[in-house]
Formats: sequence, C-alpha cells, structure tokens
Amino acid sequence: MTPNFAVLALLDGIAYASLLFLVAVGLTLVFGVLGILNIAHGSLYAIGAYVAATLGQWLVANGYNPWLTFPALFAGATVVGIALGGMLERFLLQRIYKKDEVLQLLVTFAVFMILENLQRMIWGVQPYFMSTPLNLLGNISFLGINYTAYQVLFLPAAAIVVLFALRHFLRHTAIGAQILAVTEDREAATSIGINATRVYFMTFVIGACFAALGGALATPTTSLVTGMGANMIVLSFAVAATAGLGQIEGAAVSALMIGVARAFAVYLSPELEVIMPYLIMVLVLLVKPNGLFGKDTARKI
Amino acid sequence: MIFNKLSLGGVLAAAMSAAALTSAAWAADKPSELKIGITTYSSGSASVFGVPARHAAEILAEGINAKGGINGVPVKLYFIDEGAGLETLMAEYRRLVEDEGVDVTFASISSGVCNKMAPLAEDLEVVNFMWDCGTQRILEDDKYDYVFRTQANATPEVLAPLAYLLKTNPDFKTIAVVNQDYAWGRDSWEIFSNALKTQRPDVKVVAELFPAFGAADFSTEVSRLQALKPDVILSTSWGGDLDTFVRQAKQRGLFESSKFVLPLAESSLQRLRDDLPEGVIVGARGDHYFLHPETRNDEKFKAFNEKFKERTGEYPIYSAAHMVQAFAALEAVYDKAIKANGGEWPTKEQIAEAMIGLNFKGLGRPLVIREDGQAIEAQLVGTTAKRDGYDFKVIDQMEIYDGKDLMAPVGEKSLAWISKFKADFLSKVPATPYRHQ
Repeated sequence: MTPNFAVLALLDGIAYASLLFLVAVGLTLVFGVLGILNIAHGSLYAIGAYVAATLGQWLVANGYNPWLTFPALFAGATVVGIALGGMLERFLLQRIYKKDEVLQLLVTFAVFMILENLQRMIWGVQPYFMSTPLNLLGNISFLGINYTAYQVLFLPAAAIVVLFALRHFLRHTAIGAQILAVTEDREAATSIGINATRVYFMTFVIGACFAALGGALATPTTSLVTGMGANMIVLSFAVAATAGLGQIEGAAVSALMIGVARAFAVYLSPELEVIMPYLIMVLVLLVKPNGLFGKDTARKI
Repeated sequence: MIFNKLSLGGVLAAAMSAAALTSAAWAADKPSELKIGITTYSSGSASVFGVPARHAAEILAEGINAKGGINGVPVKLYFIDEGAGLETLMAEYRRLVEDEGVDVTFASISSGVCNKMAPLAEDLEVVNFMWDCGTQRILEDDKYDYVFRTQANATPEVLAPLAYLLKTNPDFKTIAVVNQDYAWGRDSWEIFSNALKTQRPDVKVVAELFPAFGAADFSTEVSRLQALKPDVILSTSWGGDLDTFVRQAKQRGLFESSKFVLPLAESSLQRLRDDLPEGVIVGARGDHYFLHPETRNDEKFKAFNEKFKERTGEYPIYSAAHMVQAFAALEAVYDKAIKANGGEWPTKEQIAEAMIGLNFKGLGRPLVIREDGQAIEAQLVGTTAKRDGYDFKVIDQMEIYDGKDLMAPVGEKSLAWISKFKADFLSKVPATPYRHQ
C-alpha cells in the first residue's frame, strides 16, 4: 500500500461519483417535482448509452472525425431524453398523476421491464462498447498511477457543469421559477396562470435527458450489457434516498460520499465495496430518516 | 420399529419390482419424438453464453432430425430462460417434465441454478445433463441417479490455467485476484489459491478483489493494482464484466506491468479484439477453441463451425461447444442403451444406467462419464497472440491437458484432494503443446 493511497482513492471516488450524480440528479428532480419515483429512469440510462454507442460506432465506422463522438454522446442523450422521455410523460404518466402512489410505481416498473426487453430486441445480448472518446483524451499520470483523462477530468467537469446549470436554471430563470412554484403548490400555481401540465412535461423530459446523458457519458468507460439499467436504478436510488428525495445539491453530496467511500473500501477492505452504497444509505437514514437534506414531509417511499 | 415392520411388505415389493426391472429386458414404446428441455440464459448478463448455446442446440437438433432423428425418433427442443429467476425457472422446469413429458433435460449454465435443478431432476426422476455449470460440489457432495455432467467442473478448469502459469512463468512472486462477487468468482479463487499454496507457498497474495457481479466500472481496482504492481493478475470473470475490466486495465497500462491469467477469456476474444493484448494466458473451460489443434480438420468440427458462423456471424465459443457435448452424450447414450436393450427403445432407467462409463465426443477430445456421473474433459490453455487472418487475438502456445490428471478421483472432494498435492505436481502435469497454425 502506498502512503498516497488516500489521494488515489479520492480521485477514483470522484470519477465514480460524477457518473452516479448525473443519473441520480434526474431521478431526484423528477421525484421532487412530479412526486413519482420513476423506475424507468434506469431504462433511459441504458437506452441513452446504447444510442450514444450506436451513433459513435457509426461515425467511426464511416470515417468521420473521431472527435465527433463527443457531440454524439450529447446528441444521443438528448434525442433519447426528449423522444422517449417525452412520450412516456405525455402518453402514460399524465394519466396517472392522481392515482395511487403504488400504482405509479408499478406502472414505471412495467415500463422498465418492457424497455429492458426492447433493448434486447434491438441491441442483442452481446456486450456493446464505444470507447473512442476515452481513448482520444488519453491518460494522465498521477503519483505513478495512470488515469484516463476522460474519467478524472472530463466526467467531474461534466457533473459540475450540470450541477451549476441546473441550480441556475431553477433559481434564476422564469421557467425554473414556474417549476419551483408548481412543486410548492400545484393548485396555487395553476390559479396564477402557470401551465402545470407543461411544467410537469418539461421537468420529466429534463430528468430523462439527465438519465440518458449519464448512460451516454458512461458508454466510453464500460461495456453495455443487458441489465445495466437495473443496476443503475438501484444505485441512483441509494444516492437520492441518502440525499433526501428531491434534493439536487444533496444528490451531489451523497454521490460524492458513496463514490469516495466505495473507493476507500477497495483499498482498505475490498469485501465492503459491494455493500458500501447501501451501508451509507442505511447509516444516514437511521440518523436522518428523510435523508441528509430531506425536509420533514410525507415521503412516497 | 413399528414403522419398519409395517413397511416391510412395501420394501419387499419394491425390491422385487426393481429386480424385475434389471433382469427382464424392459422396453418402452418408441415415442413419436424425443423431447429435450434445455435451460439457458436468453436474458441477463449470462446470455453471452446462453444465446450462442441456444443457436448451437438448434443447429444440432436440425442436424439430427435431417438424418432421421435418434434411432428414427426426431428430437424436439423446449427452452427455458435461466434469467427469469429461480422460482419461475423451477416451476417451468417442473411443468416441462410433468405436463409436457420431456424425456431428458439439459440444465444449466449457472452453478446456482444447477444447485437447485439437480435435486429437482432427481425428485422428478428425469435424466438431466448438467451441460455447462461449473461448481464441482454437486456431484462431489451428493450421489445422484438421474443427474450427470457432460463436461468438466471448476476444478480442472481452474487448475489447468494454474498449471500453465506455473510452467510458463515459474518466477512470479506476487498475485492479485479480481473476480466477480458470486459463487463462481469465489469458488474458482478458492480452488486456485488453495492449489497455489501447495505449489508455491512463497507466492504472496497482495489483493483479493471481488467487485459486484455486473459491475460497470473497475477503475478503482485498476488504480490499486497499478499501485501494487503484482506479478500476476488472475480474473475468472466473463462477459461484460471481463470485457470492461480488460479494456480499463489496457487503457491504463496495467497489462504492461502484470501478467494476466484469464481462464474464461476464450469467450471474449472475438468481442475484445485489439483491446485484449498479446501475451495473456487464456482458458476455455475445457478444450474448446474454434481452431482446436487436434480436431479442427474433423468433418463434424468443420461442419458445425461453418453452420454456426453462418447463423451467428461468429465462431463458436465454449458454451456452444458444451452444448455440442450434451447432444453428443445424448446420441451416444441412446445408441448404447438401445443396443443393450436388444434394439428396443430404452426406459429412462436404462438411459441413466447407460450413462455410467459412456464414451462420447463433442468438438474436442473424447469424453467419458465416470461412475459418479461426472465427465472427464480435456483442458486447453494458451497465450493470446496477433496473427494474420483474424481481427481478434488468437490462442498460441497452447497446452492441452488430459482431464483425468486434474480431477479429484471419484469419492474425493476437490479441496481435500488439492491439499494433498506434492509441491511440483502441477508444473509436471503432462500436456501436449501446440502452436497456432
């Protein structure tokens, strides 16, 4: 064990946390505004990844400039978020906002199962990958350890941009103010002329875009496999619950906690790595049942 | 004691009918079709094995039926998805046996599933071939009448790569392991590390990492391994987990500082392409390789490879080869049992009886079923190399080991057997060397 392991673990943890945050922030945003815990968020993550990979592979195979795979990641995520997220909200969720919460949960779970099979039909079961962006950025050496610039620079930067852009959007723009108003009190907001239906739609699409973006940005680092959405939804739920559902900055903090704790576990006690996210979630919820930043309101789950 | 007296009559009757069963030539009516129930993954991460195996099964069944079936009886396949969860799987298996009346089953890929299926098959008295699962425990811990394994088990599959490592890299001092956190990852390391202790007690295990099954990221593991710089890194992972680990390790230069031993990487060669460097020790859970140096010119081998490539666009991987072995055992056992039964169609008891000592041949060396129901299967291990004509790494510097040398004898448990290894046992296990041609 090198004495510098704490620095290394911190770097690894931040890289991991960045991806985790990107996915969890969408989940928590949708919950905060719409009050729905969207299990299909995991599918949006997976499909965002597959579409970005397909687009990237196509660009590379057809001899386009490999740097175009970077915009392809964002383009793929946006298309999936708007098209698939938009359809889900418009044709399905809009019909069940007033229904029982258990039913809402079951409906999004059913969508998740359907989309899981759809992925298998479209992309098959063999692992997929598209690591061009990661290879392009190359490695940086730190304390004698090679890191990929993509993971320790690009991903954290992307997470920070998303965090601050979202904060700015919600607090300093008219649409953001409308979203906050609807979250606070839908009826009152409607009575002063805010189109709550439109606000719900937009929020869900934004959340879906973040899920897909998380998947797209994960693509260069991993193999896309069936079931990847299920793993991610469980993890990002742990992040969101630790933070307190609906807490955006909180999601960043808890993603960081979980990411760093997991990395430290790999160095100090590898047996704990697998359960680390859940261990942290349980410890936090034991002390603060509404999560680190959660307000004392009736929770959905 | 009262119970014993009361049931004495029953026992006598049972004994008499059992005697009648073995002495008289019992013939079953020749059925209109031979129904085979197959469990394989068509969903979930293990479908990287399940789907190619299913293609193989379909190709083989078409081949058998095209030549008129087994002794004139065409085969019909029923597939169950192992990815559907144990409850569903067991209910579906029971339904296939009891309602559909399948004659024989091939179950399963997962060791966890095999653990449940073996007792269930025994209960239902249906002949079951464990065609792909790795755990050595099932047939070592219990005695079964209806459960057989038509391939090796974890013990030789892990010992062969270790033997190869000891022979080709005798000087390593440190080792780290990165295995998936589930039964196979744990059990294979238990076998490997116990055997290593007997052969090289001086080798230091510097890290034992068990990331979650299906983990999407191994960056932290790679960082730690770079800091530790072990001479050897072992991973018995497979599928997307192995692919991701190899890519992340390659990107960050880990292959340059450590020798990798990947006992299941034969199944990832075609996907990883240039991401898998040269000089990596790879295995195939048996002597399975689409360029098998001893059998690649056999008609059966060539025909199957061609059909498989035509259907899937890929060369067959080991799970497809394991399916070939299950079908080869099925054809062989019906032949043997029919002959023993004077040409009449055999009962399932006669099939089960004929399984013991059965000789059959898949795509590799011939196999034989021991009296505990376990097959002895050769093991192929080699080193990756780039060669003309393939856009992925091929296996060079191959060694083929006879299965019997690496297998715990009947009645002995693997770990107890391994603990008695002499210090130079594995490096002296005979093997036949081959180069890539």
